[in-house]
Amino acid sequence: MSAMDGNLRELYQEVIFDHNRQPRNFHDMPEADHHADGHNPLCGDQLTVYLRINNDVIEDVSFVGHGCAISTASASLMTEAVKGKTVAEVEALFKDFHALLTDTPPERDFGKLAVLTGVREFPARVKCATLAWHTLHNALIGDHDPARTE
Amino acid sequence: MNTVADPLRAPVATRLPVADDFPILARPVHGRRLVYLDNGATTQKPTAVIEAEARFYRESNANIHRGVHWLSQHATELYDAARATVQRFIGAARADEIIFTRGTTEAINLVANTWGRKQLTAGDEILITTLEHHSNIVPWQMLCEQTGAVLKVAPVNEIGEVELDGFDALLSPRTRLVAITHISNALGTVNPVAEMVAHAHAVGAVVLVDGAQAVAHQAVDMQALGCDFYAFSGHKLYGPTGIGVLYGRAELLADMPPWQGGGDMIRTVSFERSTYAEAPQRFEAGTPNIAGAVALGAAIDYVQALGMDRIVAHEHALLEHATAALSAIPGLRMIGTAAHKAGILSFMIEHIHPHDLGTILDSEGVAIRAGHHCAMPLMTRFGIPGTARASLAVYNDDTDIAALVTAIEKAQTLFGTRKKP
Repeated sequence: MSAMDGNLRELYQEVIFDHNRQPRNFHDMPEADHHADGHNPLCGDQLTVYLRINNDVIEDVSFVGHGCAISTASASLMTEAVKGKTVAEVEALFKDFHALLTDTPPERDFGKLAVLTGVREFPARVKCATLAWHTLHNALIGDHDPARTE
Repeated sequence: MNTVADPLRAPVATRLPVADDFPILARPVHGRRLVYLDNGATTQKPTAVIEAEARFYRESNANIHRGVHWLSQHATELYDAARATVQRFIGAARADEIIFTRGTTEAINLVANTWGRKQLTAGDEILITTLEHHSNIVPWQMLCEQTGAVLKVAPVNEIGEVELDGFDALLSPRTRLVAITHISNALGTVNPVAEMVAHAHAVGAVVLVDGAQAVAHQAVDMQALGCDFYAFSGHKLYGPTGIGVLYGRAELLADMPPWQGGGDMIRTVSFERSTYAEAPQRFEAGTPNIAGAVALGAAIDYVQALGMDRIVAHEHALLEHATAALSAIPGLRMIGTAAHKAGILSFMIEHIHPHDLGTILDSEGVAIRAGHHCAMPLMTRFGIPGTARASLAVYNDDTDIAALVTAIEKAQTLFGTRKKP
């Protein structure tokens, strides 16, 4: 197995395929109090993130849209990771997750999000893995321009 | 289409003995042989072109049209010779009908900003087709905003062809400009350009043809096509980036105002008023890409030495072979199966997004394009976010297609979606 094959298996782990085939929290949310659209014009990936926030805590989160396996799985894993967290905790997690893919990540438990570490070896795909997070960030700050990672 | 169960029994592809002419093909990617199938984006460069550009800087470099010294005259002669080479290559009547630009995009924008701004007024119509690349859509949208002209779009059918009936139905005396691609970059469809030009001329419209995907893959003759403007890029024709061509019929160029102002495009300048040079200088303000033009000339010489008839025959046979080999893969759907196609294969693989496919193919050294190919309205027409696209050139052969098929099967294995044919 070549080094490249190893990188590829790190990128496309079973958890990624699972979340791509059966994305969690994959539905719209009529009762959402925050939402934002995300779009990668060069890829065509598109999604909408919905949030319900109560007392600064993310009570519910969902998404709809379409994209590659990395972008869909990342969005699905994100919804699981942020549910029940405070807004400040989520923003800190986004910062750390971004560092996990592009930079020197801080020591912390990333939980299932760690399966996306393989993206580090594929700089062209970082935008796929972070689109949902940028969109979530826009939803939190009330920015209604579509989020972009390109 | 009949699918061939065994790719080895697909129509026999030919080979041109050119791989050694392209030094980059010898460099491995991810430890594998480079299988370059992204020629619709840009072609690789033969040694003859790389050397021509280097030789210009080593032996001939000076600015053109302004020095009395020998080297300047020498550089000017090489630049003018490149223009004459382009003229002969596309069958233009005169060398001064050839304007050097940065590429196809700049050539189209030049027409929009000169001919378009002068000629169009509110209510005039510009007709394009659903096949167009963004560079043959957006400049016209911008021109419509400036002039009040209206953009009309001829539809494509299920297999990616512009049907003449649908095209003709949108032609009217209001149609002032028809802007059409010669070959679709996303699907490979070859438009019946000569007929479309004749129909457009019958209602008095001027016709611009986007030839970016055509000039390297079939003989192109301005007299046979009859078009008024023709745009193409050097870098999709085995030449360097940053050089392209706008052909314009002399009568039209003579009546067009300049676009960019500067040196080389003037006749006289005073602070009260300047007068402009004739075409093509009027449209080549500033120091042009001299070395690029010279190297484009070398690229055309390379293509012509190889022989356009051989190139067409080779790429056609390889397209047939590749179409059969890909169609035999379960779960693969071809997008764009026009009766008259050039060497572009656009496809979707069931359950695998084009970008995931592109990453996995790359890991095998296979370079393709994944995405909307700068033709978002066309993707919308087919209800898809994008495709994977393999595009052929002179150096590709059946081993490249075999590598592509193997890599697609690897992606299907990885995604757990591989089915036996």
